[in-house]
Amino acid sequence: MQITLNNRSEQLDGEKLTVNELIRQKNFTFKLLVTKVNDKLVKVNERDQVWVKDGDRVEVLHLISGG
Amino acid sequence: MTEQQIRNHISKFEVAIAGCGGLGSNAAVALARIGIGKLLLVDFDIVEKSNLNRQYFFYDQIGQHKVQALADNIKRIDSKIELEIIVLKLDENAVIQLFADSDLIIEAFDNAAAKKMLLETVLQYFPSKTLIMGNGMAGYGGFEKIRQQQWDNQVYICGDFESEIADDNPPLAPRVGIVSNMQANLALELLLKMNK
Repeated sequence: MQITLNNRSEQLDGEKLTVNELIRQKNFTFKLLVTKVNDKLVKVNERDQVWVKDGDRVEVLHLISGG
Repeated sequence: MTEQQIRNHISKFEVAIAGCGGLGSNAAVALARIGIGKLLLVDFDIVEKSNLNRQYFFYDQIGQHKVQALADNIKRIDSKIELEIIVLKLDENAVIQLFADSDLIIEAFDNAAAKKMLLETVLQYFPSKTLIMGNGMAGYGGFEKIRQQQWDNQVYICGDFESEIADDNPPLAPRVGIVSNMQANLALELLLKMNK
């Protein structure tokens, strides 16, 4: 399947995967992530239930301390 | 636009400053200098000596609440800026209540968990409100890595997206000043496109 991850096109194996599976597969190892699928916020406790499928747009933002 | 036209336009708008430390104090002062209508300043903290390496406070303000000290400094720049100050550690409920009337929010926390809370709350409860975040500005140099990015239709992010604060990577005036003024610059640009 093909998705758009942070505005970049990504080719992934399989037909669908959860947000958490995507995070692991793409090696986002940081703790403080904000995720959205097709412009809808996916909170941390929803990441095992929300699926990413072909054509979806996913945003993953890593938040950093300092200010 | 002439400066007077810019001032006339942005004098109608309210900007919320979420956190009045390095990013928030400098961004607030930049917006005050160009005649923003109202600033809503929220922070729970007190000015400490260690803040003076980057935050818009003075030695004789150590011990004061940051929002009060910042309001005093802004009044000395322009007494006509409307100021509302709130001493509070923001959480989801407070964000929903306090920022409902603000035209734009500047995220200026130091703590990543607080940044996440504000971003998720705005996405969930204020789907049409503009949020400008600061993300990654510790250390020095690396000017070419600092950028601004539109994350979605309402969220913008300024920073290098990687430099986390640490004992050997402190936040310092030059780089924090750059990012906070990027936030103010972007706020100005976006407010000039809004109608009221």
